[in-house]
Amino acid sequence: MNEVTKIDGIGSSVRRTEDKKFLTGKGKYTDDINRPGQVQAYFLRSDVAHAKIKKIDVKDAQSAPGVVGVFTGDDIAADKVGGPICGWVVPCRDGSATKEPPHPLLAQGKVRFVGDAIAVVLAETAEQAKSGAELIEVDYEELSPVVDFENAGEGAQIHDEVPNNCYFDWELGDEKATADALSSAKKIVKLRVRNNRLVPNAMEPRCALAEFDNLDDSYTLHTTSQNPHLTRLVLAAFMFAIPESKLRVIAPDVGGGFGSKIYVYIEEAVCVWASKKVGRPVKWTADRTQAFLTDCHGRDHVNDVQLGLDENNKIVGLRVDTVCNLGAYLSAFSVVVPTYLHGTLLSGQYDIPAIYTNVKGMATNTVNVDAYRGAGRPEATYLLERTMETAAREVGMDPAEFRRINFIPKGAFPYQTQVALQYDIGDYEPHLDKAMEMIDYSNFEKRRAEAAKRGMYRGIGISSYIEACGLAPSAVVGALGGRVGQWESASVRVNPTGTISVFTGSHSHGQGHATTFAQIVADKLGIPMENVEVVHGDTDKTPFGMGSYGSRSLASGGSAISKAVDKIINKSKKIAAHLLEASEDDIDFKDGKFVVGGTDKEKAFGEIALAAYVPHNYPLETLEPGLEENAFYDPTNFVYPSGTHIAEVEVDPATGVVQVVDWAACDDFGNLVNPMIVEGQVHGGIAQGIGQALLEDAHYDENGQLLTASYMDYCMPRADDLPSFKVGYTTTPSTVNDLGVKGCGEAGAIASPPALINAVIDALSPLGVTDMSMPATPQKVWKAIQDSQSVAAE
Amino acid sequence: MYSTKYVKPNSTTEALEAIKSLGDGKFLAGGMTLIPTLKQRLASPDGLVDLSGCKLDSIAEEGETLKIGAMARHVSVAESAVVKKVIPALAKLADGIGDRQVRNRGTIGGSVANNDPSACYPSAVLALKATIHTNNRSIAADDFFTGMFETALEDDEIIESISFSKPTKANYVKFPNPASRYAMVGVFVAQFGDEVRVAVTGAGEGGVFRHQEMESVLSSNFSADSLSSVNIDSDGLISDLHASAEYRANLIKEMTKRAVV
Repeated sequence: MNEVTKIDGIGSSVRRTEDKKFLTGKGKYTDDINRPGQVQAYFLRSDVAHAKIKKIDVKDAQSAPGVVGVFTGDDIAADKVGGPICGWVVPCRDGSATKEPPHPLLAQGKVRFVGDAIAVVLAETAEQAKSGAELIEVDYEELSPVVDFENAGEGAQIHDEVPNNCYFDWELGDEKATADALSSAKKIVKLRVRNNRLVPNAMEPRCALAEFDNLDDSYTLHTTSQNPHLTRLVLAAFMFAIPESKLRVIAPDVGGGFGSKIYVYIEEAVCVWASKKVGRPVKWTADRTQAFLTDCHGRDHVNDVQLGLDENNKIVGLRVDTVCNLGAYLSAFSVVVPTYLHGTLLSGQYDIPAIYTNVKGMATNTVNVDAYRGAGRPEATYLLERTMETAAREVGMDPAEFRRINFIPKGAFPYQTQVALQYDIGDYEPHLDKAMEMIDYSNFEKRRAEAAKRGMYRGIGISSYIEACGLAPSAVVGALGGRVGQWESASVRVNPTGTISVFTGSHSHGQGHATTFAQIVADKLGIPMENVEVVHGDTDKTPFGMGSYGSRSLASGGSAISKAVDKIINKSKKIAAHLLEASEDDIDFKDGKFVVGGTDKEKAFGEIALAAYVPHNYPLETLEPGLEENAFYDPTNFVYPSGTHIAEVEVDPATGVVQVVDWAACDDFGNLVNPMIVEGQVHGGIAQGIGQALLEDAHYDENGQLLTASYMDYCMPRADDLPSFKVGYTTTPSTVNDLGVKGCGEAGAIASPPALINAVIDALSPLGVTDMSMPATPQKVWKAIQDSQSVAAE
Repeated sequence: MYSTKYVKPNSTTEALEAIKSLGDGKFLAGGMTLIPTLKQRLASPDGLVDLSGCKLDSIAEEGETLKIGAMARHVSVAESAVVKKVIPALAKLADGIGDRQVRNRGTIGGSVANNDPSACYPSAVLALKATIHTNNRSIAADDFFTGMFETALEDDEIIESISFSKPTKANYVKFPNPASRYAMVGVFVAQFGDEVRVAVTGAGEGGVFRHQEMESVLSSNFSADSLSSVNIDSDGLISDLHASAEYRANLIKEMTKRAVV
């Protein structure tokens, strides 16, 4: 890379250029946008989890003050509008396909979770719409709710199309080889772990503003989306059967997504439909309660693990049987998250000769479960790293050494796992060593003893994780049941004065793309990054792209930008060769200048740009004027970030309170474009992981009522729950892309929960505690201590 | 919320007239419970009578008591030099309520009149032998709290101020609910010469209560160690998602120990 541009090029911790507007309250979110004549939508939602709808009476609502229209599922069905689609399906063990029940935009005949939308009321104001909805009478015939997903197979059938409430029963790996390995193992470590259910809680609730233009029969939708082009594709091609060109989707500033804003939800589709129906713009903004009830939740697995070891404590085989809760309807990626984004990660950083996994995806009367920061990889990492620590304890080895002897050795890359993935590159011992050094692992027992003098139990826990991100090689995705491509696009426009406009198919909703992407362009072209603007989030402006999720924006979106810039440089060399009267082969591009090798003849990048747009002296017979290039980048493989996180905790035995006292994170993200932004992503990810491990738990009661439907009961991590993080890196550049980058957005949330729970168990191990489920709340930890003491007393 | 009327009188007399004229009206103190309730459409009063203009926010030492106006905001109590000097534990309690926004709006009178079982102030009122002065009478703390969200206040009766007895020593320690940060258990311990009063909030099914056994143990020996032999009965304690009655019983003892210093 260009040395001279290090000030703001690749590898520099440039301050985020987009933050001024956010920090001064000037961001422009969907709810900030209003259109003349708009009406407000309010959705009447089911307050029971499972029921037949016998009758809906909307008469009184229709004549309520300010009400413009009241519509139910029948009105939408009459217009033949389809429901949300599942973007990825998997085959079942018995050869059958994933069961895909219909998901009507508004309930038809049945409601399937508390929050299921029954009717929409449109009124002049949001309060009038809500008042109108209060006048709708719904006559239910209540059915037995299915909440416990482990036993959902015995519950009342939720969909006619889904026997035994099982959407799919999928497997991966060699069952016989794994059984043989386990039967010949010297020791089998067994563990049952639960991955608690989480509510995504993006700071900005979902919002949609749809407008129909009857002059050209087209729609414009402003919405809170992580991927406006996919939203347009799904709405236009699958739900409304209109040409994409008749729908413009704009996702302006979006206040966080964490996966929950990947999918097309029913609300934005209803707004689009209703905007034509009533001939006025339709706006809907979720309040926090609706966000809790209707945003797709995350995680919710139970995993039974068997890990076989030989006489040298080397792993010989791994079997994982998983049951997961997918909720009332299939969501866009709900099938792939617990299967190909989970089962394929079960080898972790370890050389495991035989692996088999079976996953059953169950329907329940709870809101849909789909991707949440990490999406499948946190669940895989949690079960594996909990098992590794348990195994080490059971065989009496130091958990770090037990991992070390089982790591895939540095020389074994590319490494073919037994669960489909091929890791291109990695080197695991250095980040384990560095994390141990950062946290002063060797002196831990002194700290434990010192804490004991204060009456506190101190513990340390390790998590060595791997993840697959940078979604994704399209051919692989297609072969595994994906219904979309996973490439990314970029368009790079050089303006006549040499400034650059980058149009990306990625979408930034907090990640800092405006800064990171500008750094890539500035670095490659040797120009100041202030000269680079990044445009995203509008299907009318940006090339078709797949959006942001799965830590793909830099590895895939950044690579597309890099490729487009390479095309710019190649064309610029031709122009420079003409202007400098030299052969193109003799032109070197360095530090923003095109130089004839071995001479002092040069042209600055800006001069080339001007020549391209004012082609008075220009090779027009062989070269088009202008300077603008597109690129589509389809990766040849996933990228594989890895790392080791070590948590240190102190437990107060009198209250059960777990205090996270230290944290070392050493990650290998390949090359870093902006280390400050990367560190921020690591901090945020760990904070979310600590939230999952200690605080957060979405809890439905046996009737399917969400008991944790507000911040009064759903506990989010706060600053005082977090320690000061020690963050470090090792670097093995990815071989998959030219930038050598991997992904950093989800790693913290993937790595941290098992490190923390392992530390809690380690702290309590002197008391005989060997297990702890998430979240390790004060009450639960206190109870575990009480139970261990009563066992000891017996 | 449903639309409603709003009036802001300049005295308690005017406030009482206003509430009578409204039919089903509600007094608005800090609004930290009432406003969210209205926003969720769980209440639809005919009108709100805002007490913030009634000049009820003075804080002063009066003989053997500290008198705090009902409309004193939590932040005013937390930062008051008089409160910090006379009953520092009360300033500490106020400083730990909710978050900065709540402390800037919430009032002592509103909290005490609402008697939320997880509110902090009722424990101080009870432990500090306070007297609640309303527009027409004075009520002793022991007679004031009558159950969860229930008090001795009549309809249309306004708390004007609360007089706290000056303790020899006092302390408040709470274990916050991890999510809401309301008191999951809060214990106010106050010593008046030989007498010790221990009031527990956040834990009782009937709201705030005094713990007689701990009071008598501490009256004879004011030390954390003396509490070791005390058995906290979990009967009558709240059991919810965050804390079982048994865990709350443990916290009552532990928080009391920590309050006795």
